[in-house]
Amino acid sequence: MDWVQGIVEYIPANAALLRELTGNHLVQSILPIVFGVLIAVPLAQIARLNRPAGAAMLTASSLLYTIPSLAMFVFLPLVLGTSILSMVNVVVALTIYAVALLMRSTVDALNSIDDGVRQAAVAMGYTPLRRFLTVDLPLSVPVLIAGVRVISVTNISMVSVGALIGVPSLGRLFTDGLTRNYPEQIAVGILVTLLLALVLDLLLVLLERVLTPWTRATPARTARAAALEARTVAA
Amino acid sequence: MDYSSSNLFVQMGEWLSDPVNWSGSRGIPMRVLEHLGYVGLTMLIACAIAIPLGLFVGHTGRGRVLIVSGIGILRALPTLGMVFLFALLFYRGVLPSVWALVLLAVPPVLSGVYAGISSVNRTVVDAARSMGLTEWQILFRVEVPNGLQVMIGGVRAGILQVVATATVVAYAKADGLGVFLVEGTQINDNGRLFGGAVIIAVLAIAVDGLMALIQKFAISPGLRATQPPAGPLKESGRQEAVASAQGGTT
Repeated sequence: MDWVQGIVEYIPANAALLRELTGNHLVQSILPIVFGVLIAVPLAQIARLNRPAGAAMLTASSLLYTIPSLAMFVFLPLVLGTSILSMVNVVVALTIYAVALLMRSTVDALNSIDDGVRQAAVAMGYTPLRRFLTVDLPLSVPVLIAGVRVISVTNISMVSVGALIGVPSLGRLFTDGLTRNYPEQIAVGILVTLLLALVLDLLLVLLERVLTPWTRATPARTARAAALEARTVAA
Repeated sequence: MDYSSSNLFVQMGEWLSDPVNWSGSRGIPMRVLEHLGYVGLTMLIACAIAIPLGLFVGHTGRGRVLIVSGIGILRALPTLGMVFLFALLFYRGVLPSVWALVLLAVPPVLSGVYAGISSVNRTVVDAARSMGLTEWQILFRVEVPNGLQVMIGGVRAGILQVVATATVVAYAKADGLGVFLVEGTQINDNGRLFGGAVIIAVLAIAVDGLMALIQKFAISPGLRATQPPAGPLKESGRQEAVASAQGGTT
């Protein structure tokens, strides 16, 4: 099994390079998730309060979502004025996809909250902002995290595409491996990518457990919330 | 190619409007056809694998955990790496690239078919069973027509991803629309680079629009009469499921 040996030997011999590329890769995968959540949640709330604006935003976001990442990576420098080699392009492109995907599921999640719960919060004198932050938002965490998990897995795979236009990431191992005719290097890149996806996914599962203590106290969740979550996971 | 201006948008416009780029075996129409050829072949193989599997798991409920985790792993596979790895391990031809793309297309189709079948109301299925329909009749006369929109949503998501990702094939074998990006980068021809990117984006939007249309008309006649009127945001559960069955893009 020469190639297994090749893979095993590659890792310690290129540890510094692997560390650097993994770091770049993580930055480009995680930042869009953070920005995506920070942008999508307020937009989703706006979309719920203003139906026509919401419909327009959803259409615009699904159109942007359709644009292939490579085309987006090529175009963004033109629009943003960044260097074509800049990680900013990848982060912005993936943030756009993240917002598009999260906005839709967040609207669904916010809509799925029992109206009685909202009215109870209003009756207790919560201001709309406080109600949104302490009632609506926590209750939609499971659906939100389900969407974030989908995004994290696809982001980690998509970041490597940036290597085609020279943005540093684990994708560098693929482009470099192809030009040098070095399949072991590509295999290492794939394995590290899979590992990153797995670790990030586990962290997100953990985060959900931390953020939703009440699901463990009372296992019975509303059927609708569970169904919504299942659908987002299926996506 | 000589451009009249250093402005990248002007160069893009000039490249796109030059008739030379619209003819011959290296022209835009030919590259679009190549690209769609890859997409078609990939989707054919992916559907042949994913649809029967999704129908089986959706109908019987057996192997649910297995396919959900399998889908997760396949989604995490970087397609770029798989295309290049297959190109080196086998040969730089059409088929290794197609197989790498199949790995990308299977998860959305499989989860769409599975979600479509399991989204059908269980009482409807039980009613069909109590009326004496065989399992095959239940599957094809009850579950498939009821879940069709969600199922097509899965295929649509798969096609969108493959149209987007078939671009990277050009880096392994000079085929499809990615070629304009490869050449544009190599010979520092920005008109070609941005023009190519525009064509890829337009093709993706056009194909997705077509699939959206097909999806819209894929309602079984028996269901159309009972469809509740859908507002722009307050859509029926069916359409929500359709929307969220459309996974990521690349």
